[in-house]
Amino acid sequence: MSEGLVILLVIFVLAMFVGFEVITKVPTTLHTPLMSGSNAISGITIIGSMVVAGMGATTLATIFGVIAVAFAMINVVGGYVVTDRMLQMFKRKPESEQ
Amino acid sequence: MTGIIELAYLVAASLFIIGLKRLAAPVTARQGNFLSAVGMLIAIVATLFDRQILSFQWIVVGGVIGSALGLWMARAVKMTAMPQMVGILNGFGGGASQLVGAAVWHQLSQPGTVLPLNTAVSIYTCTLIGAVTFSGSIVAAGKLQEVISGRPVIFRFQHLINLILLLSGAAMGTYLLISPGHPGVFIAMNVIALAVGVLIVIPIGGADMPVVICLLNSYSGLAAATTGFVISNHGLIISGALVGASGIILAQIMCRAMNRSFANVLFGGFGAQVVPVGDDRGLAARGVRETTAEDAAVLLSYARSVVVAPGYGLAVSQAQYQVRELADLLEKRGVAVKYAIHPVAGRMPGHMNVLLAEADVPYPQLLDMDQINPEFDRTDAVLVIGANDVVNPAARNSPTSPIYGMPILDVDKARYIIVLKRSMNPGFAGIENELFYNEKTVMLFGDARKSLTRLIDEVKKV
Repeated sequence: MSEGLVILLVIFVLAMFVGFEVITKVPTTLHTPLMSGSNAISGITIIGSMVVAGMGATTLATIFGVIAVAFAMINVVGGYVVTDRMLQMFKRKPESEQ
Repeated sequence: MTGIIELAYLVAASLFIIGLKRLAAPVTARQGNFLSAVGMLIAIVATLFDRQILSFQWIVVGGVIGSALGLWMARAVKMTAMPQMVGILNGFGGGASQLVGAAVWHQLSQPGTVLPLNTAVSIYTCTLIGAVTFSGSIVAAGKLQEVISGRPVIFRFQHLINLILLLSGAAMGTYLLISPGHPGVFIAMNVIALAVGVLIVIPIGGADMPVVICLLNSYSGLAAATTGFVISNHGLIISGALVGASGIILAQIMCRAMNRSFANVLFGGFGAQVVPVGDDRGLAARGVRETTAEDAAVLLSYARSVVVAPGYGLAVSQAQYQVRELADLLEKRGVAVKYAIHPVAGRMPGHMNVLLAEADVPYPQLLDMDQINPEFDRTDAVLVIGANDVVNPAARNSPTSPIYGMPILDVDKARYIIVLKRSMNPGFAGIENELFYNEKTVMLFGDARKSLTRLIDEVKKV
C-alpha cells in the first residue's frame, strides 16, 4: 500500500471521529435539518465532478462529468436552501412564547 | 497554486465542522448552515483554479441546470414531504459519485494501460457505493411518496439473491484488477450495484424508513469520501467522512429508539404481515369506544393539562396548523399543552419537530420521550394524532409482540386518551394496538385534519 493512500486513510478516520463528536451534540429537535444540512455537505462530490467535466477527457467521460456536476449541484443547492427554510422556522421560536 | 487550493479545501472543511457544531442549538443553527454553505462556495471557487480543468463551458452548463433544479425543489417541497426530499437529495449525491468514478475509469483504462491497484480499488468502491446510494435512495423516496408500496416487499431467496449479487460484483471487480479495460464487465458491475441498492431497500417497511434514510445519508457521505480517494482530494475525504459519521449516528439513535438492531431493521422484513397480539380476539371482542368531536372538545377544554402525541398520520393529513390552533384555544382557557415526541414518530429523525415548528409551535413545548414519560400520570388528557406503534403498550406488556421492548410514550398512564385515527387499520408495523381498547381511551375516527377542525369548532362553543 502506498504512502499516499495511508495518509488519505488517516485523514478519513480522524474526520470520522470529529464527525461523531460534533454530531452527537445536535439535539433531537434539529435532526431533520441536520440530515438535510449534512446532505448538502455530501454534495462536495461537486469538486470531483467539476474536474471530470472540465479536464477535456473522452467524450463519454465529459458527458458523465456534466451530469455529475448537475446532480451534485442539485444536492448542494437543494440541501442548503431547504435546510435554511427549516431553520428559519426554528429561529423565531424562543421570543414568541413565554 | 496547488498549495493554495488545498488550503482552500481545508478552510471549507473547517467551515463544515463549525457549521455542524452550530447546529447544536436552534438559535445558532441557521448561521451554522450559512457558514457551511460558504465553505462549499469556497471549495467550488477553489476548484475552478485547478489546473487539470481546461475548459469551463460544461461545468457551467451542468452547474446552472443543477442549481436551478435544486433551488426549485427546495422552494417547492412541503415540510410534510421532507423525508422524500432528503431521500432524493441523497440519491443525487450518490449518483454524482458513481458518475465521477465511471468517468475516471473510462478516462484512465485505455487499452493496454494497467491501473495502479490503489486507484482501481478507489474507483470501484466509489462507483459501487455511489450506485447503491443512488438506486436505494430513489426507491426509498418512492416508498415515502407512496409511488411504490410502503409495505415491505419480500420474496423467496431474497437474502441468497443479494448475497450472490454481491459476490458476483466483487468477482467482477477482482477480474478487472487482473485484466483491466473491459467496459462490459465494468458496466455489468455497475448494474449489479444499482440492483443491490433497490433490493436492500424494498424489503423495508414504512415505519423503518427513518433508519434507511439515515443509512443512505451516511452512504452518500461515504460515496463522497471515496471520490476523494479517487482524485486524492483531502477536502472531499474530510467532508465525506463527516456526513458518513452523521448518518451512522442518527441511524443508531433510531435503532435504539425501536429497540432493534441494524440487522433486524435491514433484513427483518418487519411488518410484512399483520401480527396479532396474543389475545387479539379478546381485544376485538372488547370493542372500542367511539366519541364525538363535541364530547372530546369538552374533555379537552376542562382538562388542566393536555399532551399531544403526534405521529405519521399528522404528516399525512398535514394537520400541523390545526394542532397549533387547537392548542392555542386550549391555552387561552388555561389548559397547559405539551407535545410528546417519540424519536421514530414520522418517517425521519426530527420529522414531527419540523412540522410543528412550521406551525410556529414553540420548541420548548416539544418534549422528548424521556422528558415527557414521567409526566403522563399527572396528565388529564392525551391527544394521540395519527400515532400508533409508538404508543402501543404491547411494547411493555406483551413479550410475544414484535415490538416488545421498544421504548414507547406511556400515554396509557394519563387519565383519558383521545385517539384521532382514520380507521381501525393497524399501523405500519401491522400490530394491533391494545391502547385503543383501553377503557380510558375514546376514538375519534376520520382524517386528522378534519377531526381537528371539528374539535376546534367545538372547543370554541364550550
